[in-house]
Formats: sequence, structure tokens, C-alpha cells
Amino acid sequence: MNPPRSACGASPPGGRHQRTGGAGSAVSAWLVWAALLSPAHAGDSRTPLPVIEPATAGTQCVEPAEVMRRNHMRFLKHQRDETVHGGVRGAKYSLKACIDCHASAKTASVAAAETNFCVSCHSYAAVRIDCFECHTSKSPKLAQGATR
Amino acid sequence: MSRRGFLGVAAAGIAGAVLAPGIRLIEIAQAATPSAGASPKVRWGMLIDTTKCAEGCTDCVDACNSENGLAPAKRSTDPQWIRKIEIKEAKTGRTASLPVMCQHCAEPPCVDVCPTGASFKRADGIVLVDRHSCIGCRYCMMACPYKARSFVHEPLADQKPDVPRGKGCVESCTLCVHRLDKGDKTTACAEACTKAGHGAIVFGDLNDPASEISQRVRAVASRQLRADLKLDPGVRYQGL
Repeated sequence: MNPPRSACGASPPGGRHQRTGGAGSAVSAWLVWAALLSPAHAGDSRTPLPVIEPATAGTQCVEPAEVMRRNHMRFLKHQRDETVHGGVRGAKYSLKACIDCHASAKTASVAAAETNFCVSCHSYAAVRIDCFECHTSKSPKLAQGATR
Repeated sequence: MSRRGFLGVAAAGIAGAVLAPGIRLIEIAQAATPSAGASPKVRWGMLIDTTKCAEGCTDCVDACNSENGLAPAKRSTDPQWIRKIEIKEAKTGRTASLPVMCQHCAEPPCVDVCPTGASFKRADGIVLVDRHSCIGCRYCMMACPYKARSFVHEPLADQKPDVPRGKGCVESCTLCVHRLDKGDKTTACAEACTKAGHGAIVFGDLNDPASEISQRVRAVASRQLRADLKLDPGVRYQGL
């Protein structure tokens, strides 16, 4: 019943298709490790866990990952009111800053493809957000690089 | 490993270095210093010299469109934040061309009628729509005597990162609020008009007696559109 704790975790291996190949011992060791670590496999879940694309190398999130997973929506909602109504810019939490680090290198976006950062977790958690109906989901830096 | 690659790794190592428990260099480097926000001491305004505004010139409209990611309006229902209008005095036949945008009233009727509080006036006099609470009822569009607001009828894509816009919300001129909050002292339209050599739009702080706009409105005759409504717009027109 309980969703696996590592729903948005750093690349939990359980939800991915099992790879084949490699030395036999290595494969069996990997299978044992995956079975031990993966709650999805323990519960024999039919739903694959989201595959989280890593953030841009060399960047550091404004909060630890566990805090962000639980509270990013509260941070963003609080900050958006201060920005829109109060004109406070450049504070700690910002959707633009999220996108700058988490946009996919392939699509330059956090929401263009199923595997992109925001979408992969939200579709797993059945959360439908409409941030990106108004806000661009693309990182301007990466988008520029893609067109070059 | 290349020299650049080595430097990158070294920099990452230093950035990840722990200075004290829980504090790393990279966190200090990223330490956010939020801007002070809209100040109630400021009243942003504009002075538009209609004698310098040429008929058919759309430099301000084009600059607004590219700054805010608007597509040029093709139909009357397409969003437009500035429109150029041509007026004619019936008795004398004198014509004038002028841009009309949100007049950023001190007593904005759009704010009065908004049922959700989405339409609001910032401390520095800029009238905005908070799209997070706009339900698209368009009551503000009915209330605005300047026809300054537009409704977005179609889904949009590729918005500017600084200017989120979307279907189902009302929007209007923001006085380039994203630029002002960054510390810029001008708007896209005023900048383009000056750069093109027309100099028809002066933007600035009406509350600062030393600002160019304050000196100009003190020196020359200017008027607010529909001053009889006593909305006290921040946009003033010279030569009407």
C-alpha cells in the first residue's frame, strides 16, 4: 500500500528493465543487490519507479534532496507570492533556478519528455501540475546550446 | 585528462569542500541575496510625447513583443500589451498617433472588480495580474476604460523565462517589472523608442524630484487619459 520511500530517489535500480550481459557472477550479485535494495521488487510492483535524470554536474541544490522531495511545492508557492506581489527576486527558492540545474541535456527541458526531471516523478505520483502551461520548462542556457 | 578537465574537477572538489559541519563553499557561493522588492516610495510612470510619436511607427510595440515573448497581434482578440492608436480632432482635423498600454492607475478599477484578488497594485504603483489566482473571468477587461487588458485564448509555448504567460489568464503591460526588479531603470518600449532616435517615451520614478520624468512633467503640459475618471494613471501624455 505504502509507496516506496525511494520514489524520487537517486536512481533506484528496481524500476528499470533488468540488464543482461556481463560476467555471470557480476549479474547474480547485481540481482541480489537489486532485490535487497528495491522496495518495488519486494512488493512486485507493476509500476516502474521513475528514473531521475541527474542535475547538471557541479551544482548543489538549495536544500537536501529529502527536504526538496517533500517540500519543494511549499517553497515554490511561498516564494512565488513574494515575487509576484512583493517584487522580491533572487531569493533562495526559484523555479527558474530549479530548471537551470535540472533541465535535461537532451531536451533542455524539465517537462518535455516522459523522463525529464519534473515529469518523471509527477507522472509516477499521479500529480498533474500546470506550472509549465505558463512558465517555460526550458533552460535558456541549454536551449541556446541545442540550437547552436 | 585535459587541463580544463582537471581544473573543472579541482574546482568541483574545492566547491564540495566542507568548511564547517553543514556548510560548504558552494552553498556560500550560491547564498541568495534577495532583492529588496517593490518600494512604496517609488511611483513608476511614463511620459509620452505625442508630437514625437510618428504615425505608423511601431518600434515600441515590437520591442514589447520581443521582450515579453508576445506574437504580433493578427486578430483583435490576440493579446497586445501596447497598441498604437491614431486620433483625430473632429473640429480641426488635427491628428495624433500614440501608444496606449496599461496606464498603471493609482486607483485601478481592474483591481476593484477582480473577484479573486488576482488583479493587484504593487507598492511601487505597477498594476499586475497574478496568474496564479486569475480565473479568466475578464471582469477587469470590462472595467478598464483604456482597453489595456487582453485575454489569452490560445495555448502558448516557448514563453520567456522571466515572463510567464498562458492560456486562460488576463494580462497587460507590466512596465517590464522583471527588468525593474533586476535594477534596470527603463522599459523595453522606452528603450527602443530612445534607441531609434524618437525619444517619445520617458520612463522613470514620478516620486523622485530629480528624475528626468519628474522634471519633464514639471516643465511641460501633460495630461492623463480620461482624467475625469479620477483614476490617477501613472502614464501621462504630452501634446494631446
